[in-house]
Amino acid sequence: MGKMRLVARLVASDLRRRPGPAVLLVLAITAATATLALGLVLHGVTSQPFQQTKAATRGPDVVAQVGGPSLAPHGPVKGTPIIPASVVAAQVRLLTQAPGVTGHSGPYPVASAVLRVRGLAVEVDAEGRDAAPASVDQPAVTSGTWVHPGGVVLERTFAEALGVGVGDKVTLDGRTFRVTGTAVTAAEPPYPNMCYSPGGDCVFDDQVSQNLSLAGDGPGQAWITESAARSLGSSRAPLIYDLNLEVKNPAGAMAFSNRYGCGQRFCGNAPDPDAPSLTPWQYIAQTDGLLVLDEQQVLSPGALLAGLLAVASVAVLAGGRMTEQTRRIGLLKAVGGGPGLVAAVLLTENLVLALVAAVAGLVIGWLAAPAITSPGAGLLGTPGAPSLTPSIVAEVVGVALVVALAATFVPAIRGAWTSTVSALDNEARRPRRHGTLIRLSRRLPVALLFGMRLVARRPRRAALSAASIAVTVTGIVAVLSFHATAALKLHGGSPGLGDPVVQRDEQMLTVLTIVLVALSVLNAICTSWATVLDTRRPAALARALGASPRQVTAGLAAAQVIPAVPGAILGVPLGIGLFTVASHTGKVTVPAAAWIAAVVLLTLVAVAVLAAIPARIGAWRPVTEVLQAETA
Amino acid sequence: MNDAGASVLRARGLRKEYGRGENLVRAVDDVDLDVASGETVAVTGPSGCGKSTLLHLLGGLDRPSGGQLWLAGQRLDQMGERGLARMRRDCVGFVFQAFHLMDELTAVENVELPALLAGRSPRAARRRATALLERVGLGDRARFLPSALSGGQRQRVALARALVSEPAVILADEPTGNLDSQSTLDVLRLFEKLHAAGQTLVIVTHDSRIAATADRLISMRDGAFVDETRLTGGTSGSLGALAGLTGPGEREG
Repeated sequence: MGKMRLVARLVASDLRRRPGPAVLLVLAITAATATLALGLVLHGVTSQPFQQTKAATRGPDVVAQVGGPSLAPHGPVKGTPIIPASVVAAQVRLLTQAPGVTGHSGPYPVASAVLRVRGLAVEVDAEGRDAAPASVDQPAVTSGTWVHPGGVVLERTFAEALGVGVGDKVTLDGRTFRVTGTAVTAAEPPYPNMCYSPGGDCVFDDQVSQNLSLAGDGPGQAWITESAARSLGSSRAPLIYDLNLEVKNPAGAMAFSNRYGCGQRFCGNAPDPDAPSLTPWQYIAQTDGLLVLDEQQVLSPGALLAGLLAVASVAVLAGGRMTEQTRRIGLLKAVGGGPGLVAAVLLTENLVLALVAAVAGLVIGWLAAPAITSPGAGLLGTPGAPSLTPSIVAEVVGVALVVALAATFVPAIRGAWTSTVSALDNEARRPRRHGTLIRLSRRLPVALLFGMRLVARRPRRAALSAASIAVTVTGIVAVLSFHATAALKLHGGSPGLGDPVVQRDEQMLTVLTIVLVALSVLNAICTSWATVLDTRRPAALARALGASPRQVTAGLAAAQVIPAVPGAILGVPLGIGLFTVASHTGKVTVPAAAWIAAVVLLTLVAVAVLAAIPARIGAWRPVTEVLQAETA
Repeated sequence: MNDAGASVLRARGLRKEYGRGENLVRAVDDVDLDVASGETVAVTGPSGCGKSTLLHLLGGLDRPSGGQLWLAGQRLDQMGERGLARMRRDCVGFVFQAFHLMDELTAVENVELPALLAGRSPRAARRRATALLERVGLGDRARFLPSALSGGQRQRVALARALVSEPAVILADEPTGNLDSQSTLDVLRLFEKLHAAGQTLVIVTHDSRIAATADRLISMRDGAFVDETRLTGGTSGSLGALAGLTGPGEREG
């Protein structure tokens, strides 16, 4: 008990004496744990908004598409014959009278048309609806009014992507409609994910879309009057029918679809190309979660990168603090403290800081999650506060402690076993000799000579710096790759139509890039300070031997830039590789060479600038003060 | 500055103060000094009397609070940091009590470092460093790291490093303070050789035996010169005849 109290008092006094490094340590681990916590709490947060939307719109348990031609993966092949009306009627009868069906609405005619507005041409599924509310699937109007003659109601996400609102005029296959309202529904996934559903009304195939120069990534949803929908049907894009079903056991909607449907997925045991295509509500809910799924796919590697940077920061800080604390260790030992006490003090201190950082990271992640998991315009309600389960808490705290432990263990043990005399002489960390670098440096200008020799003194710190820069550039290049790929995808044919999924991904990547850059800046500052502290003696000696403060400043900065060069270059292929792996599609557009070169150069300039400030302070430290301190 | 031209080092009213008001400490207090070319001056005094501070001022490692200072005809007290660095590089060689060698550099790499900092070619710097190590008797230790050398050998490496730029003056701060008797003797012999070759030396020491080897002995107390004795070639005229500095079986004659 007495020993624990002693450790606690020594830890408290050290934190009071040197709050700066402690704060940096907490910041580094907090950034990493916040990113990790964010990724973990995202799981399942979108189920609530879908249920709220389904309840508010009397959403169907199963959506049937009847009377449609057999569906290819993205709509019917041009020229595919239409199923006769008698077959459609039979399908409707079969489904509405099927055991377990408790209610239905429709069938509603759906016309596939081309919507044109502000120079954009977009595929749209225009569903013909009554002015009177339906008992199943009555879309909730979020602005304006429900359908009436001459008017069109647009699905809210689709309207936002188009940039149109109530009162604007659009054309459907050349006929003018006024936008009377926007609405949300639980019967279809919001734009641009309609085609993800098995019964997705993706009537146009890719060739047709290209011929018409259609923008966007799939159709949008619109509601018009039933007569208007029927009048839009044509031989090019014949009408199909949507039938919304309510079943007694909503949880069994998947089984119901498998039994009666034949869509892209739900064909049952005996595939029948003329059978209706059914979509259970679970599949729509899952598709609604694609937004957050993408965010998770971005955050997971992002948290990994942030974690790596945090480890590098903590390792540099712990190593730097060890240099500072060497003499303190000697004093502790001189007054009777054993290796165990010394190790316990150092480990306790960093673990306490890691614990504080883990709690801060959890709180930040928990608070930030609702902001980045808003359900989007396609759903109603909010995800609410995500739950912090014991497993999430354990995982985040565990990672923080492991990061601190991994970075502190070796220095703590090394410090603990350093001989007392050596520790008092501040000799715990003798510089390393790297003969090749020293020989190479002889031919360089003074600043580079000094910088390269500093790198050679601490190769592990240089490796950490290089790794840190590599991770940062990896993140930035991955973001650039995303933008290059998304730009080609979005703007290859028709610019101007926003993709909410891409926009959300961009927001996430921006946040992630800021986290990575902030961590990297923190890391660069930590490394620079550690280098300046560690090189007080050689810097003072170089000045005594005739180097000017400016040359020493440049040398200290060069010591940061030299390892950053291979790190930045290595980050380029790693970033492209990371995006290739994370995108799952394999379709990656490499960013322009000029952009990549700019990232590498700007990173190196940033490193130099960040290093120059502590380097300048270190270089102007009075020479005699340092040399006399060494003599004392 | 014509007056200064005759001396390698010249100080007038040199002061170094720390703190202010009641806490004012005069580490160097109104010191006047002239060191002629080829002269060896020893500065002695008790610990804390300001010897090292004076040496740092003379070498441009520290800035004076007042007074005037010339080194090799250049006004040091008015120079910027870049000028001071140039003067240290070209005109001054430092020898420290704690040697201050770079631990990760070999003996020859330590010695050539000031020449590289001065912009000499690596080949010329290496040639000069090797020659100097031969001169201090460490030609066979050129590729040894400082940790593999004895204290006396390290100080000889430091002396070779101080000489590499052919400085106008060598400033030695307690050069034998960390050495045993035999190593002290070795180092003093080197100083004697330098003195004989006309090298200007200012040696700060509180060891009266070493001070006795100088041309001139200056005593300091509380930052000021309190006594000055001209010894002309050392008390005995040669090193090693002093009590306690003669090696086993060795007699200077």
